[in-house]
Amino acid sequence: MKKKFKILIDGKELSVKHGQTILEVASNNGIYIPTLCNYVNLEPQASCRVCSVKVNGRPMTACTTTVRPKMEIENDTKEMNELRKIIIETMFITGNHFCPSCEKSGNCELQALAYRLKMDVPQFSYSFSNKDIDASNPKLMIDHNRCIKCKRCARGIKTDDGKDIFAFKNRGKKIMISIDNELAKNISDEKAQEAMDICPVGAILKKERGFIDPIGTRKYDNKPIGSDIEKLMEVRS
Amino acid sequence: MSKPIVATTALASCFGCHMSFLDIDDRILQLIDLVDFNKSPIDDIKTFTKKCDIGIIEGGVANSENYHVLKEFRKNCKILISLGECAIMGGLPAMRNNKDSIESCLKEAYQDSPSTINKNNILPNDEELPMILDKVYPCHEVVKIDYFLPGCAPRADLIWDALVALLNGKEIDPEYKTYKFD
Ligand code: SF4
Ligand code: FES
Repeated sequence: MKKKFKILIDGKELSVKHGQTILEVASNNGIYIPTLCNYVNLEPQASCRVCSVKVNGRPMTACTTTVRPKMEIENDTKEMNELRKIIIETMFITGNHFCPSCEKSGNCELQALAYRLKMDVPQFSYSFSNKDIDASNPKLMIDHNRCIKCKRCARGIKTDDGKDIFAFKNRGKKIMISIDNELAKNISDEKAQEAMDICPVGAILKKERGFIDPIGTRKYDNKPIGSDIEKLMEVRS
Repeated sequence: MSKPIVATTALASCFGCHMSFLDIDDRILQLIDLVDFNKSPIDDIKTFTKKCDIGIIEGGVANSENYHVLKEFRKNCKILISLGECAIMGGLPAMRNNKDSIESCLKEAYQDSPSTINKNNILPNDEELPMILDKVYPCHEVVKIDYFLPGCAPRADLIWDALVALLNGKEIDPEYKTYKFD
């Protein structure tokens, strides 16, 4: 058995094991660290930087950094939350995130993070991006103006025989997801829903679903994102 | 002591935020005890007759008239609030912003759409009409805005709580359930 050692997150002492990430130990102990590109059962890739925490004074991504003895971590501080909010703001202004017109509204992680971090208006000006909306697939609709390039779709969604449905094309500013329409037109409704759910925003929508959840019953209508993790702490203490 | 004075306006918008304002229901009676209204569609006062404490703006800036009204509000109000998504980020009218040009929007709306009957093929050009701007601008890109109350429409409780906080000289601290972008 691996030996345990102690680290501090926001002054709270936690007993941890080698090999665990900061994010894992935080979640296991009822401490919420905001994430966006990370998703259950996917290999973390540290691309969004929303999970940034300060480790002994240096910003690091909690989803990929493993714990070491003597780590002192700053998570829920004004400075880190400000930094995260700026990242969220840049995502809002680079794409088109006009929430009232989006079927993901209320279940959207980007929006939920903006609520949690109290973004009232981005401090940068909106770009009103003009990318394609691709409705050619019978099961799914893709709005490229909403994609935040987290690659959760490309990493997580496969056909039953293990083929990738989503991939990325181009580089830099022109990078965009592409969908294999031949494969995607035959996917089951459950798979289409899975694709919509893995997308943190409303870039992938399952067709013929619409605004199915009444306002007030959606995932983030009543409790901030991360409340489920923090509840864990209340239950234990 | 005289009551604080509130002015309101609807720029490029659907009037939904004002309707939501009226959704404070019977608290409107408390409100008229607390404040006086000046320029506002609520009392139909068309031009400012005095300086105001709070100006509430619904809608973004889509044409020359919106621009002038917003400038007037900034001049006449100590505090300006952007109320709702259109004021904050252009909202539904701003969905034209990522189209190629204003011409293509006008053509689509008045000439090319399948439901259009426009025998003389004219675009709206009466000189009474305000000039349409190249883009729909969020209010804070035109004048300084002090507070933002999001929502489409903003929840009545959010509007009420914010006003009560401001009138009591407190910071606005919205309740999670009322603070929504849709
Ligand atoms: S489509 Fe959605 S899941 Fe895929 S990269 Fe874009 S935001 Fe991420
Ligand atoms: S969640 Fe860690 S970088 Fe995106």
